[in-house]
Parts: sequence; structure tokens; C-alpha cells
Amino acid sequence: MPSQKKNDIAIRMEDVGIEIDGELDSGSEDEARRRDRNRKAKASPRAGGRNGKPATSEDEEEEEDQDEAPRKRARKKKASAQDSEEEEEEDDRSVKRKGTKAAGRKKKAVEEESEESEEEERGKKKKGRKVTNKKQKDEQNKEKKGDAKGKGGKDKGNVKDKKNKNGKYSRECQAFVEKFEGALGKGKGRKLYAYKVMMAKKMIKFNRDFDNFKTACIPWERKIKEVESHFGSSVASYFIFLRWMYGLNLVLFAFMFGLVVLPEVMMGLPYGSIARKTVPRAEQERAMDISVLLDFGGYCKYSILFYGFYNDERTIGVLQFRLPLSYLLVGVGIFGYSLMVVIRTMARNSDEGGDGGDDGQFTFAFKMFTSWDYLIGNPETADNKYASITTSFKESIVDEQENQKDENIHLRRFLRVLANFLILCSLGGSGFLIYFVVKRSQEFANLDQDELSWFEKNEVEFVMSLLGLVCPPLFETIAELEEYHPRIALKWQLGRIFALFLGNLYTFLFALFDEVNAKLEKEKSIRNATIWGLNEYYSNYSSYHNTTDIPPPDIHPADVIRGPCWETAVGIEFVKLTVSDIQVTYMTILIGDFLRAMIVRFLNYCWCWDLEAGFPSYGEFDISGNVLGLIFNQGMIWMGAFYAPGLVGLNVLRLLTSMYYQSWAVMSCNVPHERVFKASKSNNFYMGLLLLVLFLSLLPVVYTIMTLPPSFDCGPFSGREQMYNVVMETIENDLPAFIGNIFTYATNPGLILPAVLLMVLAIYYLNATSKNYQNANLELKKKMQMARDEEKNRRNNKENTNQVMQDLEDLLPNRSLLPPAAEEENPPPDKVREKGSKSPKVAKRPGAAANGKGVNLQNDVSLAAPNPKAAVTHPPGPRGLSGNARGPPPGPVRGRGRGTPPPRH
Amino acid sequence: MGTTASQLGKDLLSEYQELTFLTKQEILLAHKRFSELLSKEDRNLTSVPMEKVLSLPELKSNPFRKRICHVFSTSDMKDGSLTFEDFLDLLSAFSDSATLEIKSHYAFRIFDFDDDGTLDGGDLEKLVNCLTGETEDSRLTPEEMRQLISNILEESDIDKDGTVNLSEFQHVISRSPDFVSSFKIVL
Repeated sequence: MPSQKKNDIAIRMEDVGIEIDGELDSGSEDEARRRDRNRKAKASPRAGGRNGKPATSEDEEEEEDQDEAPRKRARKKKASAQDSEEEEEEDDRSVKRKGTKAAGRKKKAVEEESEESEEEERGKKKKGRKVTNKKQKDEQNKEKKGDAKGKGGKDKGNVKDKKNKNGKYSRECQAFVEKFEGALGKGKGRKLYAYKVMMAKKMIKFNRDFDNFKTACIPWERKIKEVESHFGSSVASYFIFLRWMYGLNLVLFAFMFGLVVLPEVMMGLPYGSIARKTVPRAEQERAMDISVLLDFGGYCKYSILFYGFYNDERTIGVLQFRLPLSYLLVGVGIFGYSLMVVIRTMARNSDEGGDGGDDGQFTFAFKMFTSWDYLIGNPETADNKYASITTSFKESIVDEQENQKDENIHLRRFLRVLANFLILCSLGGSGFLIYFVVKRSQEFANLDQDELSWFEKNEVEFVMSLLGLVCPPLFETIAELEEYHPRIALKWQLGRIFALFLGNLYTFLFALFDEVNAKLEKEKSIRNATIWGLNEYYSNYSSYHNTTDIPPPDIHPADVIRGPCWETAVGIEFVKLTVSDIQVTYMTILIGDFLRAMIVRFLNYCWCWDLEAGFPSYGEFDISGNVLGLIFNQGMIWMGAFYAPGLVGLNVLRLLTSMYYQSWAVMSCNVPHERVFKASKSNNFYMGLLLLVLFLSLLPVVYTIMTLPPSFDCGPFSGREQMYNVVMETIENDLPAFIGNIFTYATNPGLILPAVLLMVLAIYYLNATSKNYQNANLELKKKMQMARDEEKNRRNNKENTNQVMQDLEDLLPNRSLLPPAAEEENPPPDKVREKGSKSPKVAKRPGAAANGKGVNLQNDVSLAAPNPKAAVTHPPGPRGLSGNARGPPPGPVRGRGRGTPPPRH
Repeated sequence: MGTTASQLGKDLLSEYQELTFLTKQEILLAHKRFSELLSKEDRNLTSVPMEKVLSLPELKSNPFRKRICHVFSTSDMKDGSLTFEDFLDLLSAFSDSATLEIKSHYAFRIFDFDDDGTLDGGDLEKLVNCLTGETEDSRLTPEEMRQLISNILEESDIDKDGTVNLSEFQHVISRSPDFVSSFKIVL
């Protein structure tokens, strides 16, 4: 069909404006088949009639509709004779199928319409007969029910319902006519209808464009799709997670930057104006040295990046922006926002997860039908996938076989205990190592910086990264002892690495708090000295000049004595840790993946064994490690963001670069790992880990905000007893008095305790209801199972019943329990006999089998057996019938396949 | 059919958008890739022979590639050649937004090697062989194969007729958490 014509048709379609699916007017076998598929694929309006041809035919039919609407109606009422009955029967079947396809009311009407027009065509003697034939053939193709059913049988089955059906049809026709009256009629209604349709079209088009726009707006969609198509969905899940993380951090960065950093830069005092914004005299010489800057000393330390730079003025600028309050609220708000987002994502994920209730029910079938990842487009990946599928098949077969016999359970238990012991030892060892190193670094910090080597200065970060590098493979090696199933082993592995990271992080934190306490002591003495010095100055000044009007001491901000400012120190630690983490990650990729890939690739030409297949081979993309790294990095950001507002910006940069860098590295030098675990299942697992990390990083920050006194000479909270006093101040000074009162009442323990109690009760109640729902769910599932079993049994028992019953069932699935006696027509005598003997036959099946009737024997035996598994090797029935169960009723195969039952006397 | 022209008409494009699950960009990309498959001399042909379709990297390593072509082909010769509309059809069924029902329907047809409307023992055996790769050492032994197939039938053959039909198949598939995410082909 030339495109010109198609365009025309498309335009005309716009005019008529109904996007519906219709029947073909010209029918080659090919097109009939396509239409058939069309109809099946139509679960949603968009899917319907996926190519131009059905639309074309529908269009033409539509025109005919308009021309001949009156005639059609007349004809409809006539309900003409024999052949139309036949056709209607066909229609009925297709409509029913349609109904099950969830095509909805409109679709039905549409279908109806197409049938009508088809009828019309027939009336016009255009191609009517041919189309009907085509259609019947089509039906046969689809259903593959063949002729065994027989036209006669079908008709007989239906005679009874014909009247009902006619009634139903006229009702449907009426509904359709009402719906599309505008299009069929003339004048005003038509215009209105055309307008409505046009608007609907426009709306659809707009929605579609908007969808397109939305897809185009998702960043890195193409990149991720590319990775996905080469490595399967599990690797892509990491990148999707990375992208999600990037989005989260972007929002956090917007908060931090917009509400804290930007106001301070725009409206706060400039660099060098006060002591906290100036590099001390002693450090000024080396403040611009690159080595100092790389350690975040010098100008970096006294910059907007860190806590200490912010001034404690209550309001700044013309806008009277309350910076300290904003600082505190943003610091806490970051946690609130992250918590909300993570929990919402988790809830959505678990929604999508559907019912994971019957996981164990279909292990083999899932492996068989859903294990191939169609996105794999790389031969190596495919080979890996073959291998992993084969292994999983073999494993599950072995599992199945070994389910009963489990020898030497004691040895296995011993090995598992041993492995856990070893891992606990190494966890403890790594914790101790970090504690030791942090302690030592504090000693180093007191020494002169020049005498220390680079290694000694960066010992903590180095050791932590090294542990993160060495321990996971070590755990994996130890885990070999345990002989867990790979999936369980993976969970254990993830849990252990998580414990390692967490332990390290917390050891680091405790060491840091030791340091903070030391700094607080030091600060106290400096503070006392400063106050004492100031008092000296004031008394000297007043006694010397003999005046009480004392100007503040004229000291250059760089020379002011200042405290250690522990908040900035903590911030610097976190920033350093993050940076070293970035360095280690990137270097690992560069060396472990890129260099390795280069060596393997190019040395392979002149090496004595096959490097690509043999020992070093290419690196695998370590999803779990990468995801955990990302999660812990995020934990560090959350903890550090309060002390170093610049950290969030740094992290945004890091995520941005690692998106490009890692996707490049994956595409160029990695092969996906053999043991693929599915992304969708572990997604919420990652989210759960993230939530845990979020909670754990919330603790130290809240602890410091609530208990530790802020430094007296740096940061937005200087001069206050506690950081949260900022809130109190605002309430007292800036808000009306009654709000202060409300706040006082609200913080009263007498109110808080009942509130907590209420929350506990609410949790209890919700928990109980959810349990109830769960139980109800289980009950329903059980009921469904029972109903299925019943159905199964019924079908099995009915194997030998006659065709009439089968046909009736096909046509009336919801009335399938109809007793056979309800039939009014007179079936042939042999069938009657068959029917009559049905129930007794079920009862004394073995007897029937004992009668020994050729084919019947085997059939009966297999039915009587408690486990009809033997059916696997059962050859297709004598008349084969080339597969019959495509249609809605899942097949009573052999029953129908046998055609006429054996004579029985 | 005129669709192999270098540029898709606007109307045609919007029509395709309406009739498939694909977005505009995806259709254009599909068209580009499809045009590339047609070499210069057979530009006037409407369908691409199966061998050429199979050379697409997205399909090259798929063990079901031939089945996929056969299922989506509308050619009379049953040679698995695809027209552009078949091709779009394929991509639509394998796209992100196609529903589970459509995906499972096509999966069933792909797995139904002998096109008889049910998955019987032979189909399942072929399916396992496809999944375990071509090489001999990765094949399952006959004993394992027998066990595997009987296990699968035990799980999913609800009416115990020795085959898995479409509704049983869809019942199983609808429980699978990963089927929709893995039954995808992206150009």
C-alpha cells in the first residue's frame, strides 16, 4: 500500500475521528492472520490495530456506516435468517473473547460496529461472503479446534441460547447507536459529535507528545538502555539507582545551596572581614600551597565549603534572612526529605512487587519461562547467561533430588559456624585497625606537619579504603565454606560487607568524637584565655585613657586567637573521606578494569595461554559492591552535610562524573558476571539498606545538634549554649507570644508522653489490621487454589463426556456447572446415552478401565492415578487435533480429541 | 508499502505512535535501523529476510531469535521475513510499556516451537535446549531433562493434560516478578 494512500487515509481518519479497530474489507489470508493477531494483542486501546491496514478498513466501513445508517438499522431489526445466525454465533464468540481481553465497553461496541458493517457488506453483496469465509477460517486458525467439533454440533449447542443472544445483541446495538448517534445522524448532533471527537483526538495527541517529552527529559535514558541491552537488566539497575541517587542529591544540593550557601555569599560579610572568615597569620604563608589545599586546609578551610565560615548574625542583608535558623532547618530538613523520599520509593516498589506470596510455587516454571533476559545483545553475555541458566537448572534439579537426603549435616553446621567465626574475627580486626589508625592520626596531628610523610597524613583514609577493597573478596572466600545456595549466599555477603562498612564508619565516628571532645577541652581553655585577655585589655584601656567608652581591640582578623572549631574539623574529615573514596573507586576502575582489559586484550596475541578465557579474563561489573559503595557514600554525605555544606555539591559532581565514567567503563572493559540476580527483587533490599544507613547517619548528627556545645568563635551557632537555641530565639523574638506559649505547652512532657502513647497505639492498630488483611489474603488464595483444584478435578472427570457438554462449556463458561439434564434439544441417541452414564462412570472409573477398551484404558488409568504426571510422555491423542487449547477454556484435550466415545453396552 | 522511504511521513508517524507502544523517537530509530538492513539494491522490497534481521546485535545472541522472527512475520512463505510494520510490532511487544498480557501472549507463541497452540513435552525440551546453549557440555542429560520437564508440568499444568496451554502459561507468568522487566528488546 503506497504511503500516499495511507496518508490520505490517516487524514480521513482524523475527519471521522474514531480510532477503533475494525475488520478487513479486502482479505488475503495474510491480512486475516494479521487481524487475528491484532485482536489478540488488544489489551489496551493503544495496542489495538497496530498498523495501518485495520484502520483503513475501519475507515471505509465507517463511511459506509454514514451512508447507510438507516438501512442498517432496519436490517438489524429484521434479524435475518440462516446465515446471519451462523455469523452471529461467530460474532458472539469473538465478542466474548474480546471481553476477556479487557478491552472494555467501548471496544465491544466497536467490535459490534465492525460486525455490523461486515453484515452490511454482505448485504451489499460486495465481498461479504468472502469475508465471512475468511473470518471462519480465521477462527479456525486461531482456535485450532478443527472440524472435530462440527458445524452441526456447534449449532445444536447454541439453539437454546439464540433468543437470548438476539436480545443481547439488540441491546448492544442500541447502546452503540446511542453512543455514536452523532456520527451517524445529521445536522447539529453531528457537528457537536465531530467537535467532541476532535477534542478527544487533540487530547490524545497532546498526551502522547507530553509522554514523548517526558521520555526525552529523563537524563541518560539512552545510555542506560544501551548498558541494559548489553548487560541485562541487573547491571542497568545499578545505573538506575545511581540516577535516582543523583536526583535525590540534586534536590539536597538545591536546598543547601539556595538556603544556606547563596545567602551567605550574597548578603553575608566578605572574606577577610572577621576572624572566622580569615586564614590565621601563621597559616597564611602556606595557605595557597597545593598540598595544603588538597588536604582542605588553608583557603579551603576558611571558605564557604565549611561550617566555620558562616557568621552568627541573627539576620543578614536587606531581606533580614535568618541564616543560623535556616542553617539548622536545612541541616535537619535534608534528613527529613531523604527519609520521605526513600520511604515513598520503598512503598511504591513494594506496590509494584505484587503478590510475592507464592514464590516457591513455580520455581521451575519461572526458571524455564522467564529466565532469559531478552535485552542481552552481547554474545559473551549470552554465553554467561547460558551457563548460569544451565547451572541453575542443574542446581534446582539437584536440590529437588536432595531434598530428602541431607547427609553430613554436622560437618556443614560446623563449617558454617567456623565461617561466621572467621568473619566476625575479621570484622573485629578491621574495626580495631581503624580505631588504632584514627588514634595514631590524632597523635600525628599534634606533631609538626612537615615531618610527616604523605602516607602518615592520609593513613586513615588509606586504611579504610584498603579494608573496603580487601575484605569483601576475603568474605567471599570464607563464604565458600558455607555452601549456601547462591542467592542466600549473596544476601549473607551483602549483609557482611554492610556490617564491615558500618563498623568501619562507626569506629571512625567514635574516634572522631574522641577527637571532638579533646578539641572541646582545648577550646574551653582558649575561650577562657580570650575572655581573660579581653578583660585585661578593657581594664588596661580604661585605666590608661581614663574612660569607660572603650573601642574594641584593634586586632587584624588574621591575628585573632581562635579556638580549634571542631565542626570544621569534622567536616574536613568527611570531605577527605569522600574524596579518597572517589579516588579509590575511580582508580580501581582504571586499574582493575581498564588496565586489566587492555592487558588481556592486547597481550593475548603473544601469551602462552588464552588470557581472555583463562585466568585473568575481563573484569566483571560488581553490582552489589557498587551499590553498597554508593549507599555508604550517601551515608557519609548525610552525616557530613551539616558540617560541610559544600559536600553535597561535591557529591553531585561525583555522581555526575561516575555516571559517565562507569557507564563508559562498563561498556568498554567489563563482562557481566555469571551469577545474575534479578534487579527487581533486590531493589527494595537496596532501599532498605539505604534507609538503615540514613537512620544510622541521622544519629550522630542529631546527637551533636542536641548535646554538644557549638564552638564559641566559628559557625552560625557561635555564642549559643546549644545549636537548637536558634529555634528558641526565633520563637521568642520573632513570632507572636501565643505561638511561644503553644510551643511551651507542646514541649511539655505531659503532652509528649500521651502523644507517644497515641503513636504506639496507632502503630499497634495498623499492624493488627495489616495482619488481618494478610490473613484474609491467604484465605482468598487458599480458596482460589481450591477452586482451581475443583475445576481441575471436574475437567479430569469429564474427560469422557460428550461433545455437547464441551461445547456448552465453551460457550457458557460461567454456567458450566449446569446439570446435563438442563438441555432441551435432542442430541443423537448415542450422546444421550453417554450423558446419562456420566455420573456413574465417574464413580466406577476403575471398573470402566477394567473393561479394557483400547485407547480408553490408558486414558482412564492415567486419570485414576493420584499423580497424573505420567501424562508428560503421553503421545498426542489418536486424532491429535493439532493442539486445541488456544481458546479460553483450558483444554479438555483428550476428551475432545477422541471425538466419538467408544461404544458401550 | 512506501514505508521504506528514508523519511517517515508525519501522519504515518503519528499513526504508528497511536498503534504501538513506542514513542516517536523509538519509531524513528526503528525506521532508521530497518532501512539500514535493506541494502541498496533491494530498497524496493518491503520485507527484510530473516537472516538480515537476525544480524541485528539486539537479536544476534538471543536463543529465540528465529522463533521471534517467525512469530512476528506476516509473510506468506513462512520464511520469517519481516516488513517494517512487523518490525514495529515486534518492538512494540518487547517495549517497556507493553502490558504483561501482550508480552506473555507473545512469549507463549515464541515458546510454542511447533505452532500447535500448546507447550508440550517437545516444546519444553526445545526450550530447555535453547536456554542451555548450543554447546554439548552445557546440555542437560536425558535424565535431567526428563526430571526438569516433569517438574515444570507438575507446577504449571493445571488441568493435567500433559501440556501447558496459553492460560496456564499466563497464570504462571503473571506471578513472575521479573518477566515484564526481562522480556524487553531495546534498539
